[in-house]
Amino acid sequence: MSGSLDAYLILAGLLFAIGSFGFLARRNAISMLMSIELMLNAVNLSIVAFGAFGTDAAMAAQGSVVALMVIAVAAAEATVGLAIVIAIYRNKRTPLVDEYDAMSQ
Amino acid sequence: MSLESLIPALVVLPILGFAVTALIGRRLDKQAHWIPVLTIFAVWVIAMALVVDVLSGTAPLLPGSEESHGYAVTWFTWIPAGAFHVDVGFVVDSLTACLLIVVTTIGLLVHVYSIGYMSHDAGYWRFFAYLNLFMFSMLLLVLASNFLVVFVAWELVGLCSYLLIGFWYRKRSAALAAKKAFIVNRVGDIGFALGIMLIFVSLGTLDIREVIERIGELDGTTIMVISLLIFAGAMGKSAQFPLHVWLPDAMEGPTPVSALIHAATMVNAGIYLIARSNPIFAHAPSALVVVAAVGIFTAILAASIAMTQTDIKRVLAYSTLSQLGYMFAAFGVGAWTAAIFHLMTHGFFKGLLFLGSGSVIHAVHEEQDMRNMGGLSSKIKITYWTMLIGSLAISGIPPLAAFFSKDEILGEAYKFGFLWVWAVGFVVAGMTAFYMFRLMGLTFWGTFRGPKAIWDKIHESSPVMTIPLIVLAIPTLFLGAYLGLPLGASRIAEWLEPVFAEGLHVLHTEAEPSYELFGLDGVLILASVTIAAVGMVIGWRLFGVGIGPIRMPSRPERVRELSARVPFLYRASLNKWWFDDLNHVLFIVIGGRIAAAFWWFDREVVDGTVNAVGASTVDAGRGLRQVQTGRVQNYALGIAIGLIVMAGSYLLLAR
Repeated sequence: MSGSLDAYLILAGLLFAIGSFGFLARRNAISMLMSIELMLNAVNLSIVAFGAFGTDAAMAAQGSVVALMVIAVAAAEATVGLAIVIAIYRNKRTPLVDEYDAMSQ
Repeated sequence: MSLESLIPALVVLPILGFAVTALIGRRLDKQAHWIPVLTIFAVWVIAMALVVDVLSGTAPLLPGSEESHGYAVTWFTWIPAGAFHVDVGFVVDSLTACLLIVVTTIGLLVHVYSIGYMSHDAGYWRFFAYLNLFMFSMLLLVLASNFLVVFVAWELVGLCSYLLIGFWYRKRSAALAAKKAFIVNRVGDIGFALGIMLIFVSLGTLDIREVIERIGELDGTTIMVISLLIFAGAMGKSAQFPLHVWLPDAMEGPTPVSALIHAATMVNAGIYLIARSNPIFAHAPSALVVVAAVGIFTAILAASIAMTQTDIKRVLAYSTLSQLGYMFAAFGVGAWTAAIFHLMTHGFFKGLLFLGSGSVIHAVHEEQDMRNMGGLSSKIKITYWTMLIGSLAISGIPPLAAFFSKDEILGEAYKFGFLWVWAVGFVVAGMTAFYMFRLMGLTFWGTFRGPKAIWDKIHESSPVMTIPLIVLAIPTLFLGAYLGLPLGASRIAEWLEPVFAEGLHVLHTEAEPSYELFGLDGVLILASVTIAAVGMVIGWRLFGVGIGPIRMPSRPERVRELSARVPFLYRASLNKWWFDDLNHVLFIVIGGRIAAAFWWFDREVVDGTVNAVGASTVDAGRGLRQVQTGRVQNYALGIAIGLIVMAGSYLLLAR
């Protein structure tokens, strides 16, 4: 285990920033889902890092478990999200979210 | 079947007649009179049987009374709401009996008369339906044993009056007159309604006999307020100053209506109401002075207007006002029997005069202006003679009807110390004789002033119209003597004794002065007969006469000269003392402005506030709608910014 906690956290922060920028800026629904994955993984990274650098040995294992659970949930979420995007795509014939404006009417 | 069980029939029959005629009358067309007339005939028979029974004293004693004979039946309970309990019941005592005589007899004769008078009218069945509805209301009014039921009947007769004044509703003046009558009556009715409420609040019952028995428990002020409120209602219905303006306009209705409702029966409702609640007034002598003052003022005011009017029915209308004024004055001075006496005689002779005027109007082809009449006595003899009897009667010439009743009023006013009432009433007696003989002179004597084509076609009305005139002439001739003799202990006083005794006992603590024919009373009688004769002779001298050997031509130039001598009085009389104009200024112009101001306030301030609240909600919604773009990323941005703000403020502030 080399380096310091800061390096991991900076990487996690960068990843989260890229993810949130992608979520807000990209118009394509698939890209937005991918951005969500980025943000989740940034959080995973920070959790695992906190666990590894913790003083308590048990904490490392716990952090990994939480990260695993997040991955599982993220997979499920991605499935549902993709299903929704496909359903909307079939309806609207476009993957671009700014065309999805049914709520404003 | 006992007589008692027939009492509800008095009101049930006319309402049934109304319902049947209203439903199928149109199909009966010119036969529509049969059901209403036969109905009223049946009512008349029952009423007369009751009247004879009650007045002769063969009827049982009323419950809770030691000397008052009559019937009291409770028909059904109308409102059983805890302490507020209203029964629909009927009481026939001697006062109601007196009213029944007038209402049913004149009602029957007017129904018969209308068969002839209305025969050419398209609304024939409608007219008879309304007449029956009126009879129902009026009978309910005089029979009801509860103030609330009286009030309902009170409003019903007002409604019938409205319907019948506006019978020719296509004529604008008739529609307006109907509206005026209704609105002016409402003003009085508010007073009556408030009076009833005050009675209930203070005594907890509306049963008339119970109220009368317990009225002494209240304090003087409450009784006075109740009396004045009831009097306000009576003022509206009996057209007393300042609510008198509707009655002359009510003459827009068909003449039988004028005779029945606006001369002989409905306008007497006010007198009846006050007489019925006499013990209330007995406890409030100051209210009685108001009654006397309003009555005698109306009497002279209306008599002064009647002297210059040219419409034959309007003269009679003002005469009615004046005579009703006499009745109120009589009531005010405590001559209650005299008031009812005059009510009865007046009902008959005024009904006669009105039906006679209808016959005249019919003869000269719906002309009502007396300036276009004259010399009719040779053409329509029966009408002429009956109206002459009526005119002599109302003028107070012995031994006709009003001689007895009017003299009793004036004599008692004098004896009870109301000298001013006597003095004004004395002058009015002269004026009455004058305007009645002005009417007779202009209508029947002299030469015809209308178009020649009409003169040739004038003919007496059909028997169906003249027979009621003749029948009415009989009580006009003899009723006064029958009821008023022997002087000082008259029959009517004996009849009404049980109704009024208690109240009069409260009112007059000292004993009534005895009657002296060869003393004060004789002098008073002579005086009033003299003034009536003077008024009559002045009428003859100015407007002509032609009874048998008494012949005098009319002198229109002298009339002009005399009226030019008192220009103000003449114009005031001609313009009805400008009361219509005053009302116009007060209520239409000034009242209209005030109403417009309130309307503005309502529209701009009250509605404005409500509308502003509504509009700002809508605007706020419209503004906030812009936030709702429907784009997921905008919402996400919102979430992100919110998160940053929350995290940032936590970092900054929570340290």
